[in-house]
Amino acid sequence: MSNFNRRDFLKASAGVAAGTAAVGVGGEALAQAKGAPALNLKPEKGAKLRVLKWKRFVQGDEDLFNANIKKFSAQTGIEVRIDYEGFEDVRPKAAVAANVGSGPDVIYGFFDDPHLYPEKLLDVTDVANYLGNKYGGWYDVCKTYGMSGNKWISIPLGAAGATFVHRISHMQAAGFKEFPKDMKGFLDLCKALKAKGTPAGFALGNATGDGNAWCHWLVWAFGGRMVDEKNNVVINSPETIKALEYAKELYATFIPGTLSWLDPNNNKAFLDGLISVTNNGISVYYAAKNATDPKVKEMTADIGHAPFPIGPVGRGTELHLFTEAMIFKYTKAPQAAKAFVTFMMEKEQYEPWQQASIGYVTQPLKAYESNPIWTSDPKNTPYRDCVKNMTPNSFAGKLGYASAGTMADFVMVNMVAEAASGSKSPKEAAERAEARAKRYYKV
Amino acid sequence: MSLSRFFNNRNTLGAVFMVPAGLILLVFLTYPLGLGTWLGFTDAKIGRAGEWVGFENFTFLFGDSVARLSLFNTLFYTIVASIIKFVFGLWLALLLNKTLPFQAFVRAVVLLPFIVPTALSALAFWWLYDAQFSVLSWALVKMGLIDNYITFLGDPWLARGSVVAANIWRGVPFVAITLLAGLQTISPSLYEAASLDGATEWQKFWHVTLPMLTPIIAVVMTFSVLFTFTDFQLIYVLTRGGPLNATHLMATLSFQRAILGGALGEGAALATAMVPFLLAAILFSYFGLQRRAWQQGGSDK
Repeated sequence: MSNFNRRDFLKASAGVAAGTAAVGVGGEALAQAKGAPALNLKPEKGAKLRVLKWKRFVQGDEDLFNANIKKFSAQTGIEVRIDYEGFEDVRPKAAVAANVGSGPDVIYGFFDDPHLYPEKLLDVTDVANYLGNKYGGWYDVCKTYGMSGNKWISIPLGAAGATFVHRISHMQAAGFKEFPKDMKGFLDLCKALKAKGTPAGFALGNATGDGNAWCHWLVWAFGGRMVDEKNNVVINSPETIKALEYAKELYATFIPGTLSWLDPNNNKAFLDGLISVTNNGISVYYAAKNATDPKVKEMTADIGHAPFPIGPVGRGTELHLFTEAMIFKYTKAPQAAKAFVTFMMEKEQYEPWQQASIGYVTQPLKAYESNPIWTSDPKNTPYRDCVKNMTPNSFAGKLGYASAGTMADFVMVNMVAEAASGSKSPKEAAERAEARAKRYYKV
Repeated sequence: MSLSRFFNNRNTLGAVFMVPAGLILLVFLTYPLGLGTWLGFTDAKIGRAGEWVGFENFTFLFGDSVARLSLFNTLFYTIVASIIKFVFGLWLALLLNKTLPFQAFVRAVVLLPFIVPTALSALAFWWLYDAQFSVLSWALVKMGLIDNYITFLGDPWLARGSVVAANIWRGVPFVAITLLAGLQTISPSLYEAASLDGATEWQKFWHVTLPMLTPIIAVVMTFSVLFTFTDFQLIYVLTRGGPLNATHLMATLSFQRAILGGALGEGAALATAMVPFLLAAILFSYFGLQRRAWQQGGSDK
């Protein structure tokens, strides 16, 4: 995760502002806004809100989030106190708040969180419909995460998206003009890169972010899935085996040591020029762009971003760090909390925030595809479609304790790692994953 | 009148003075421990109170290959690390007990690994063991001893060895300094007497030092085993339990299942399952090592 200081932020936003002028305001969003039903919120008098959000991955996120909060307080007179916690600490805190019935009014959680205690969350269907109508609709995956039955229980904020970050010159030296879009092409690329001594590297340790992201993508791409629509465990399937056999071939092209890799390892290795392809957020690119070390800065122009290749299933099967705002029923100011969550998602706040976060968070609402951040630097563009191409971590079953537990226990990552490294045959690895997943999905 | 009599009574006054300490123990030790144990017998999830399920969590864990692996890892980690820490610690203590130049300074320096916060020293080890940036690998390559970087944390057995080594580095000073304190309480007259009897250095160690030191050894090793058995930070920073769960200890797995995975009951059960092992370690050290007869030169029945 790169550090992005205030000065960098100013530079970046200046560039973005120039971009806006050139592109002009997207007419589409405005046209839709006219037909949108108004949202009638009556914030409670003298309301005070406490908000808990995950700690920034890039500095601009926090700067602009705070600025937007200030703006909200100035416009509404509602006092907002915000706390930031490490992203892995949010889940237990939110769960305790839900359990005890007191704590922050609004919590920005991750993945399955709203589905662990859906009955403790405020119905925000009105907010979701209002925002959806106004801003071009929610991507499909947002409905999976945001809705329980036919009502909305959380408002998606977006996802910290990842792409295949690669070195263009290395790719070209290996004989590829552009980044492969299918699985076979990708394997060929990795083999060629290995032969040139500039290998790929993907995290296979217990890496919460990067490991889960690419291992789920791989298995899903071949049609494997942890569970079916009725939450029956079906991971031990011919499709999964195919994916694992592929993983084994792919692993042979990796730099040594990926079994030990946690989330930061691939960033370090990439920026040191040791690997040519990995899956990561936009942070590697910005770390290079803002580097003081000339050797690293030189790399900037050579960094390319490509969407995850598409497998035999014929559609995007990406997994990204999805985050959503939850309002708890215990809040004394539900209307004010709704107003706050809505305010932060409105164009005037959301777009500048996204820009300050240098595109680290991809929007859940389609209208923000036109945010100039995605086009002001063409290298940002692939990150625009992360949520569009995303598959929910519970695929193809329901979100809840079982899917949350299975992912937290690295069942998918361990399976891929076991098969890839050859410590287990693909068949054995799939059987083991099946046995482990069944424990979570027991009735 | 009666109040002053009440306060003049030694027994009641004693009880009154003990109340705060008793309350603190009750609230901050007994209650959490009891709650944790109770949770282990429920199906509590984070955010949802559980219902009593008896031994279901335990049978579930017993059938779980990762939980069994974590038990093996924990035992391996504890036994290997503790034995080596004891040997090195005792050796270091004996060396430090000799008259050295800059004695106080050297003794203080030896304690450093123990003083540095674990999370920080773990980070240092994380760099040392890095698959790409390890200075150890770098040095060995430059010396021409190896061709490829060692993936310290990438191979299951290598990773187990690496985390044990890091734990030893951190734990030896505690053992050494405490044993040194023990050594200094041994009366020189015992050694003089042994010399007069014509004892060799080895015999002095075996028949004087070691027996006199056993009570301290019992205490130090109990602590050392407890610390090692319940270690968390080192693993969490270095490997998060990887590769392939080869370094997952019961404590780290318990955290992963209970907090990150949301299965509070199961995590609590895993933590509770550590208690019998810890009790066994304590009982062993107390009944096994604190044998008066042996200390006083006699032999056990």
